[in-house]
This record gives sequence, C-alpha cells and structure tokens, in this order.
Amino acid sequence: MNIKKITLPLTDDVISDLHAGDSVLLTGTVITGRDAAHKRLYELLEKGEELPVNLQGEVIYYVGPAPAKPGHAVGPAGPTSSYRMDKYTPALLDRGLKGMIGKGARSEAVIESMKKNGVVYFAAIGGAAALISRSIKKAEVLAYEDLGTEAIYRFTVEDFPAIVAIDAYGHSALAKG
Amino acid sequence: MNVREISAAAITGAVKQAFMDLNYHIGSDILSALQTAQQTETSPVAQNVLSQLLENHRIASEEEIPICQDTGMAVLFIQYGEQVVIRDGHFEEAVQEGVRQAYTDGYLRKSVVDDPVFDRVNTKDNTPALLYTDIVPGDKITILAGCKGFGSENMSAVKMLTPSAGLEGVRQFILDTVHYAGPNPCPPIVVGVGIGGTFEKAALLAKKATLRPINTHHTDERYAALEDELLTAINTMGYGPAGLGGQTTALGVNIETSPTHIAGMPVAVNICCHAARHKTITI
Ligand code: SF4
Repeated sequence: MNIKKITLPLTDDVISDLHAGDSVLLTGTVITGRDAAHKRLYELLEKGEELPVNLQGEVIYYVGPAPAKPGHAVGPAGPTSSYRMDKYTPALLDRGLKGMIGKGARSEAVIESMKKNGVVYFAAIGGAAALISRSIKKAEVLAYEDLGTEAIYRFTVEDFPAIVAIDAYGHSALAKG
Repeated sequence: MNVREISAAAITGAVKQAFMDLNYHIGSDILSALQTAQQTETSPVAQNVLSQLLENHRIASEEEIPICQDTGMAVLFIQYGEQVVIRDGHFEEAVQEGVRQAYTDGYLRKSVVDDPVFDRVNTKDNTPALLYTDIVPGDKITILAGCKGFGSENMSAVKMLTPSAGLEGVRQFILDTVHYAGPNPCPPIVVGVGIGGTFEKAALLAKKATLRPINTHHTDERYAALEDELLTAINTMGYGPAGLGGQTTALGVNIETSPTHIAGMPVAVNICCHAARHKTITI
C-alpha cells in the first residue's frame, strides 16, 4: 500500500494533494484537545476573548491519553469520537486550524467549513492506542492543565499513522453503510 | 451453615489485579476473531487496520500498558456466596479500593466525573465503579469485571417494544442501532443484546452480553441462531474496521434473555468496541 509521508505543519499545497482514503504518516507537532477543552475554547471565542493557544496552521488531535509509564513519553493515546467536537469545530476552523485527527463521522456543517477553510480530517485507528503512542515522542501541556487527560498538549510525533477520512474537497473515505 | 472469612484486603488485591490484567491483555476470543477477519477481508485498508489492531494487542500485552486509552468505567457483576463474611472491612469499599488502586498504580486513565450535568469534576481515581451483586448459595465470590469505554457506550440504546413487534421488531431495532452507530464505536464491534425483564433489566443483560466471550452462544438454539443471523446481517452493512469499509463491522453478537411482562418486550443494545475487555475471577 502506498503511504504518504507528511511533515507538519500542513501547507495548502500538501492539503490540496491529500485525498480521501490516502494512508499517511505524520511527522512534526500537533496539539490535542477533546470535549472539555473544546467547550472552553468555544466559550472564549463566543465572548470575543483571546485563546490560550494559537490555532493558526495547527493540526488538532482529539485524544485524552492514559498516564505514561516511567520511561514513556505518553501513555496509550488513540483517537476519541470526533462528532462530539462538531458543535465547536467550524468556529475553530475559522480561526486557522488546518487539520483534525479523530475517529468516526463528522456533521455536514463541519464538512462545509472544511471545504471553505481548506482543512483535512484524518482518522486514526480507534483502539490502537498502545501502537499509536509509540509514534508520540514528546508531550507537554500547553493549556488547561487542570483538565488532566483533557488538557491541551503539544505532541511531537514521528510517523504517526493515519488515513485521510475526509479531504478538503469534502470527499469521504468513511463507509456510509 | 459454615461461614468462610475473606479479608477485605484479599478482595481489594484481586479486584486490582483483575482490572490491570483486563486492560493490558485482550481475550483469546477477540484475538482469534481479529485474526480470522484479517484473513477474510479483501480490502487492503481493512487488512491494514486489522493488522494494526493485532499489533496493538501485542504491544499492550508485552509492555503491560492499556490496550486503549479509554480504560472506561469499571463495571462488576458479582455473585456473592452467602456463606462469605468479610473480615477487616466492608465488601463494597474493598472493591472500590481495588478499582482505585488499579487505575492509579496501573497507569489507567481516570475517566469518571462526579456529577453528570453541573460539575463534571474528575474524581481522579476512576471510582465509583458500578457493582451489580447477586446473592447466591456457597462460600465463594465470583466477579465478572469489565471496563467500558464510552465511544461505543454512547452508541447504545434501549427500546420498549411490545409483543406484537415480534421477532422482526427485535431484529430491526438491533440492526437500526448498529446502523446508527456506523463508524463511531471503533468497529469491529461486539454487540450485546438484552431482551426481556424490565427497562433496566434489559440494559443490564445487554451489558452482561458484551462481557461474554464471543465464541459462546445463547443456550436456547433459537437465540443462538439469531446471534449468527444478526452477525451476518451486520457484516453486510459495509462499515468495516475503523469504519473505513469492509466485511468486518462486528466480531460477535451476544444475546441474553429474561422472562418479561405479558405486555412487554424490552430490548437493549449495548455496543462494545473490539476492545471488549473483561475478566472473571473467583475468590
Ligand atoms: S470505543 Fe473502545 S476502542 Fe474505541 S476509543 Fe473507546 S474504548 Fe477505545
């Protein structure tokens, strides 16, 4: 199988060349965030306040890692279901987010916003958390430390395995059933 | 009646070990189902996903780290022998302490919040665990322990069907629920079905069904046949591993049943992911 090696941050050129169903290996840095962090970011945007992280050009990984064993950079860290972020996502894409990594389906509103903003949505394999954590070399908290596993981290990743689930043209590799 | 004493510490220790084990080592039933699926899948993407899942199980087991970061809520079905007396403590507290220690010392994620709507503050030790206890004859305690991740839990449903809905109604509701879940619950999934009892009994049976090995069948051959038939039907839906297409949307369908009321036919469908983690211990 053909696998594309991608260096982060994502450029518009790279994004335009990614198509639903492509297997990729991501190297660089991503930020993390899931339910609680999304809610906080969204509420700040609604109030017109500054965000604690700059989203411009970033890829966000929907994950809440398990604690790291001594000697490990991070504990098992597979994707969480993306649809729970859908309500907040278009606002974050409007702020410059270029990629998302999660699992499962997205809403029509998210796909429309992805097309408008030129954003790609990757699927990581749900439940392959121990395997995925091997490609995460470093984890540091960026914001919301009080949220524990739900804090916003910066992960340094090397050959992080993912699949383009929905590309910036709105095409999806997810089975409709 | 002879009384058997068991120390609270022994219960805590056994529960702790069970939750660590079940989070690191997947059952052989799931492993062999994944291996079979890998051989029968024809799409390269599906094969690739399945080999990553198999590799993930190998790494987790070898390094004794959790299979999945969502180490779930702890659920325990307990058969408490009525001859057992707990020394130096209380049974439920001893179990909760075992869960607390497993999640703290075993590097498992703490995913429980104290209040569902208003506060949502993490309890930081994954308690409370949920205990369902039956008192049974004998001098042993048997515990079926499981941890339930919420990616799949959120895709579950209960419906109060009435008798006229018949077998067709049951079948339709189960398939609709799986269909609605689609790619979200980390397919390939294990489908736990509870039929009968009351509203809550059906849900409990469904949970218990997800904790039954998938290479087993309902003892009534009519339900056993329904399990097989539903599995085949689900695997023609096309969601496939990770929802990226394929013939393996489910690894197993387990049905549990119970007597019910003349006016009712409750059905609960508890969706579980391929990380169907459980362990039975006897103390
Ligand atoms: S649904 Fe299961 S495999 Fe998927 S993230 Fe949740 S616990 Fe893990």
